[in-house]
Amino acid sequence: MTYIPKPRIDLPTDRINAIGLRQRDYEGVLSTLCAGCGHDSITAAIVQAFWELAIEPHQVAKLSGIGCSSKTPAYFISGAHGFNSVHGRMPSVATGALAGNRDLTCIAVSGDGDSLSIGFGQFGHVVRRNLNMLYIIENNGVYGLTKGQFSASADPGSKAKKGQVNQMQAIDPVATAIALGGSFAARGFSGDRDQLVPLIKAGVRHRGCAVIDVVSPCVTFNDHEGSTKSYAYTRKMSHKAVEADLVPPAEEITVSYADGDAVRVRLHDGSTVLLRKNDPAYDPTDRSTALQYLEKHRARGEVVTGLMFLDETLPEMHDVFGTTSAPLAETGYEALVPGKEALAKLQKKMR
Amino acid sequence: MERTDISNPAYFHQVVDCQWGCPAHTDVPEYIRLIAQGHFTDAYMVNRESNVFPGILGRVCDRPCEPACRRGRTGQKPVAICRLKRVAADHRQDVSDRLPVIPSEKNGKRIALVGAGCASLTVCNDLMPLGYECTVFEALDKPGGLMRSNIPAFRLPAEVLDEELGMIVDMGVDLRLGQRVDSLAALLDEGYDAVFIGSGAPKGKELDLPGRTEGDANIHIGISWLESVAFGHTKEIGKRVLIIGVGNTAMDCCRTSLRLGAADVKVMARKPRDFFKASEWELEDAEEENVEIVINHSPKAFVVEGGKLTGMRFDRMEYTTEDGRIVDQRIVDEVVIPCDDVVLAIGQENAFPWIERDIGLEFDRWDVPVVDRTTFESTRPGVFFGGDAAFGPENIIWAVEHGHQAAISIHKHCQGESMAERLPPTLNLGSRKMGMHEWAYSNDFDPAARRKMEHVPLLERFKALSTEVELGFDAEQTAVEVERCLNCDIQTVFTDDLCIECDACLDICPTQCLTITADGPEEDVETRLKAPRLEPEQPLFASGPLKQTARIMVKDENLCVHCGLCAERCPTAAWDMQKSLLHFPKAIDHGPATCPTSRPLPQRKAG
Repeated sequence: MTYIPKPRIDLPTDRINAIGLRQRDYEGVLSTLCAGCGHDSITAAIVQAFWELAIEPHQVAKLSGIGCSSKTPAYFISGAHGFNSVHGRMPSVATGALAGNRDLTCIAVSGDGDSLSIGFGQFGHVVRRNLNMLYIIENNGVYGLTKGQFSASADPGSKAKKGQVNQMQAIDPVATAIALGGSFAARGFSGDRDQLVPLIKAGVRHRGCAVIDVVSPCVTFNDHEGSTKSYAYTRKMSHKAVEADLVPPAEEITVSYADGDAVRVRLHDGSTVLLRKNDPAYDPTDRSTALQYLEKHRARGEVVTGLMFLDETLPEMHDVFGTTSAPLAETGYEALVPGKEALAKLQKKMR
Repeated sequence: MERTDISNPAYFHQVVDCQWGCPAHTDVPEYIRLIAQGHFTDAYMVNRESNVFPGILGRVCDRPCEPACRRGRTGQKPVAICRLKRVAADHRQDVSDRLPVIPSEKNGKRIALVGAGCASLTVCNDLMPLGYECTVFEALDKPGGLMRSNIPAFRLPAEVLDEELGMIVDMGVDLRLGQRVDSLAALLDEGYDAVFIGSGAPKGKELDLPGRTEGDANIHIGISWLESVAFGHTKEIGKRVLIIGVGNTAMDCCRTSLRLGAADVKVMARKPRDFFKASEWELEDAEEENVEIVINHSPKAFVVEGGKLTGMRFDRMEYTTEDGRIVDQRIVDEVVIPCDDVVLAIGQENAFPWIERDIGLEFDRWDVPVVDRTTFESTRPGVFFGGDAAFGPENIIWAVEHGHQAAISIHKHCQGESMAERLPPTLNLGSRKMGMHEWAYSNDFDPAARRKMEHVPLLERFKALSTEVELGFDAEQTAVEVERCLNCDIQTVFTDDLCIECDACLDICPTQCLTITADGPEEDVETRLKAPRLEPEQPLFASGPLKQTARIMVKDENLCVHCGLCAERCPTAAWDMQKSLLHFPKAIDHGPATCPTSRPLPQRKAG
């Protein structure tokens, strides 16, 4: 962290996005995380992605649970709505928020502890519910707030700072999300902004629950020799499987790829996700090959990154529930509380 | 791209824009910090080391440092560097015990200096501590040269001049006032070991138009007239005065006229405002005193009626400009502007009628002596030039630097050493880290605007010629202004092999001046910077390949505000904030003098 806030210096050459805002306008308050924390880097990627997408800050809901990762919504988009919820219970709160206002752009930030330990159940259900949100898991393999115990995502064989070796199996949130029927599963690395920003942008534009597992080294407790979540290890063992680009609706796709190298997926808002594959045999739209691919590389100790699975056809929560297309928040008192007679009519129907 | 060599003193020197802009390399951020801490005397001495006359320059310097100031690139006005210099000078205590010790036993070398202005006195300041005997010949009755004769007392009070000149004269300089040197040959015959000519540019330019001789009684040459006012020979001027020219001398002339009884003063400019030579702040000060600046009037003739000047005839001009340059001009019509007096302030030149042309001292085709730009020696060995006498009219601060360099040459000449072998500047770096998030400088960016100098009310300032107009900064103004300094001398120093490429510094940088990117040719790397490169003149820092990905760290020095957040955010201390202390060798650093009792002044340390 730093002790003085980042000063606001507007240079005449600062770039402005489509709604007239500078990148600085998407920042939040001073981060109190450790200097060099991967989470701060992810925060910066979120800032960049939302600025580039030119989303109105007041149309954003940012939610989190408990943990180092869950502090970060305070550090981006100060003008957004925010909810720092109970440990592991953020998905429920997010479901409520989106039930109330389906038009909000919802971004949830959680960690490996918040989502894979105490909140594992909530994580699983929000994925299969396919709630229309971006779900970022800032994954560092340790419980940083409680001084670096192994978390549920720590790889077997990984060494702790004081030398203990982890013996338990790791939960891979990407494989889990695909297995649970998720519609969007990706992995990024906090140290690779060029890859992460397009993933976040695609996740925001995807209609459904977009899970992005971001390897985010803990500089204080998990960035040493023997750790499988350090900057050095991730850089060395990173295997970029599928690169993703988001092409906005108005823009033409100018780059052409050889067949088999790229897959195009059209999103509900008209934009296109361009999936560039490094391995032609891989199919990011097929669940079983995705799982096989992940497992094959996991066994080699590799960290597979990229947009691993995308299915834009799966229905999201509002589709399943058949809710009204207008957000409840804008429906008005009269319609929401129709009175005693309407209630009686409804009850009569149920008898 | 080529890895930046930060051990080269020139690299960090250029980052300290004010020090880079100052001809005498004044350590501006250091003295501003000392003022912030209330150490006015220390701040004064840091100044004096390079610019010798802080009290004088704190009032009348041409301030090449201010347009260079980094603050100006953040969309704000530059730090009031010059005004802060005056704060140090006004509030300092006695410095006599900090001045160099003058050896009682001399080294036997005698130096003659012509003119007692800033250049000559700087030479004395540098050579007296080495045991030299300096004799200064001054035509006027008081020392100071153009600083006394041409800068009016309402801008530069006589007491300030006397005190700072006195510090040097009191070192034991043999000052011969009222002695004009009429022959260089005769002076050389007196057997001095070296002669330094710092006689300035004392000849005002003439405007030879019809009526010039007839109206002579009321037509004055600007710099001679100012001198006459300064020495009390001229005490009044007519009610309506025209000043011809819009340089800084013209500003002094118009404001002086107001104090000698003029009521209607017009400054006549041939061209539009964009082409004025005067500094913007001098124009503002004159306009505040209701001087009218009339543009596009080209002088044509002096109107003399009955043997007396009654006005001046001008051609009214019209210009076509393209890209800030005049491409065409037309005369619209002709006007006569009535006046009682005219002051000509259209430039000045150096003139050497007193230097014989057959003594081995070469003059060029403009009749100016040929002087070496590094050693300041003329073509006759042992004769040196400095100040306006060397390369024509410049500013005091340039003359001071000429003096420092000439003093080194004179020292080397007298010791029989090669003048070309001069010591290079040196760089000393010292970390300013005090704790986890503590730095030994005020690193927080202060968005305050530049403080405005208060002036004596208009009604009062014209009562006496010697009433100083600028009041100086008060404590509150000083406290705000010092915090506006960005501490450009506290450098961001990067150690490649400590970096783990976590991007923390890139994200926290408030101006996006850092980039980690793949190596490549500079033109290519430039296109990948996070913020566009605006000033190609400003250096780009490039690290060596980083450990994990072999990419490089690139920093655009132009945008950095030295807030230290990159170093504060860095988990491995790959970034550190280090004070760069540059030392520019003076005469005293160039080898031991033959006199045993002199010693170099202790050098300041970076930490």
